[in-house]
Amino acid sequence: MTVNLTLLVVMGVLYAVGVYLLLERSLTRVLLGLMLLTNGTNLLILHAGGAAGFAPLYEESIAAQDYSDPLPQALILTAIVISLAVTAFLLGMIYRSWVLGRRDEIQDDVEDRRVARQSSYDVESDADVPADTSEFDDAPRPRDPDESVETPGVRGIRGEESR
Amino acid sequence: MTVNLAQLAPLAVIIPFLGAALSLLLLRRNALQRTVAIGSLVLTLAIEALVLVSTWDIGPQAVHLGGWAAPWGIVMVVDQLSSLMLVVSTVVSLAVLVYASGQGVADGDEEGPISIFHPSFLILVAGVSNAFLAGDLFNLYVGFEILLTASYVLMTMGGTVQRIRTGVTYVVVSVISSVLFLITIAMIYAATGTINMADLSVKLEGLPVGTQMQLHLMLLIAFGIKAAVFPLSFWLPDSYPTASAPVTAVFAGLLTKVGVYSIIRTETVLFPGDRLDDLLMWVALLTMVVGILGALAQIDIKRMLSFTLISHIGYMIFGVAVGTQESLSATVYYVAHHIVIQTSLFLVAGLIERRGGSTNVDRLAGMARISPLLALLYLVPALNLGGIPPFSGFLGKTGLLQAGVERGDGLAYALVAGSVAVSLLTLLALMRVWNRVFLRAPEDAEYPDPILLAPVPAGSRFLLSSGGVDDQAGQFAGKGDVRLMSPSMLGGASALVAVGVALTVFAGPLFQLADNAAENLVRPERYVEAVLDPASAPRPVVEEAP
Repeated sequence: MTVNLTLLVVMGVLYAVGVYLLLERSLTRVLLGLMLLTNGTNLLILHAGGAAGFAPLYEESIAAQDYSDPLPQALILTAIVISLAVTAFLLGMIYRSWVLGRRDEIQDDVEDRRVARQSSYDVESDADVPADTSEFDDAPRPRDPDESVETPGVRGIRGEESR
Repeated sequence: MTVNLAQLAPLAVIIPFLGAALSLLLLRRNALQRTVAIGSLVLTLAIEALVLVSTWDIGPQAVHLGGWAAPWGIVMVVDQLSSLMLVVSTVVSLAVLVYASGQGVADGDEEGPISIFHPSFLILVAGVSNAFLAGDLFNLYVGFEILLTASYVLMTMGGTVQRIRTGVTYVVVSVISSVLFLITIAMIYAATGTINMADLSVKLEGLPVGTQMQLHLMLLIAFGIKAAVFPLSFWLPDSYPTASAPVTAVFAGLLTKVGVYSIIRTETVLFPGDRLDDLLMWVALLTMVVGILGALAQIDIKRMLSFTLISHIGYMIFGVAVGTQESLSATVYYVAHHIVIQTSLFLVAGLIERRGGSTNVDRLAGMARISPLLALLYLVPALNLGGIPPFSGFLGKTGLLQAGVERGDGLAYALVAGSVAVSLLTLLALMRVWNRVFLRAPEDAEYPDPILLAPVPAGSRFLLSSGGVDDQAGQFAGKGDVRLMSPSMLGGASALVAVGVALTVFAGPLFQLADNAAENLVRPERYVEAVLDPASAPRPVVEEAP
């Protein structure tokens, strides 16, 4: 099996840069990293088909091994379409994240943090607001000045260390 | 020509897709959209039941799509495992769809993003069916992508802060696992020149051991992320609980099981030796133990259930790792049991959230008195998941433990002990929720939701609306009059709990079916023969021409 060295180097660079970007905290860079990774993978699939040859249209004068392998190209086409759709969706999500919170970063899981802190619970240092992962959490609540202090769900959910 | 019912299997993919297209066209006519969605799932279920009956006691059968013979054309393979998975997954999806429709109607979500719920849901079902039927790796990849893309939409539906935050993690992790899978496919193709699973079963054996090991490991990592086995399960408890209750329920039931199904196929068809079994045993043990310890630390019911979900994936991996006919049979039964039970628990958690205003255990109390039916709906699957006899969880676990003891080495005994301990801890986690949410008085809760303290009007215990509770401070405040539990929500959840009980009642025939499935799983040559056998292959059109 012959390997096109240029393609191989390009693939390696795409993977390296892709992984580097993927490890960033900014969502846009993560997205770019994913795009590079999928394109690197497309090149890998192209490699898997072996050396380039004639277009795979049957002609009697051409020996079977002189054709390009059409299957990897079909696979790549499918993979390109899928990554296009996922990229578009992720872009939409990143934009939504920006609209909602002016954040272009991966956010921490608040509940996870809460559980992690559980054993070393300290009333004073641990006074921030825990989240209720309820699906109605973001529903607009009536703005009542009296209620602003005591909105249920924002009030401490933590409980004492009785459990 | 006799009609072979197994040839109907592709309809399990086609009908949900057509239903999705049709319901997308009916975007503005919600009642009709619901009817189309539910109708197409009922039709799919009927066909899958036919396929299941027709494959009950015969070996794998190949469906050659487009009339192309096996290694070149695309095949779908139907055996007991895949047809059982199809039936169970469609039953679960149907129950969840009924539940979700009830919730949509109760909330008056006639406009807005819910109108894309039905098409996305049907596409998810189509993707799951495609993955269960795929006879080649790339088709499996496409099945995964279909169900994942639909799941991205379902998970972030509504686009709230929470869901976008967790959705990003979910999408990025899923895409990475898909890229890994695709890389593996490319490598396998480079090494063998085929991606047909039956063909691979023959050709992979001819490769050098190192290459085999590398391909095997990469496949296991890619599927392990999707199945959420221990070191690769970090993403699940973060992302699942934030989606709406029916979405979480169907994800918990189906998506990880597609990963488990792929691992079963990898271990039995592609790499039938037992080279990595010890590794899988360790992974299974760690998945069980770490998962259940995570569950014990949670105070949110949905998160707790997500961790028990991870923990119980360990049981299935255990069964696959032991790799005997008995253990695979128990695994097949356990997968079916777990799909149903885990989904029903998540649906019940959704009902608890509707009725009690929260899924936070510190804010819930006294639900048994407020809604005895809900208490029953929680208790039955909870005992079932915890492995209390005579429920199906007990039967499945007993099968696994027997198979583990029969294997008889130290690691297997460690896993048997681990399984028993994890089973008890599962019971502990579930019963703690039971005690706190259902049994204690509302006044004893740390921060009771106001909706629980409100006096319950007589005569309308189940199908209550939040207006009836007359409360302005709970989570329904500012949402107008919300019907808390509609008949179809309760109906969907109850039906699924009943299916869970039926798994116990009909355990005999089901174990027979699982045994038949396992018998074929330990003999991959049957799979290969069904796909590659020239007698079963479609005859080329050229030969038929005069």
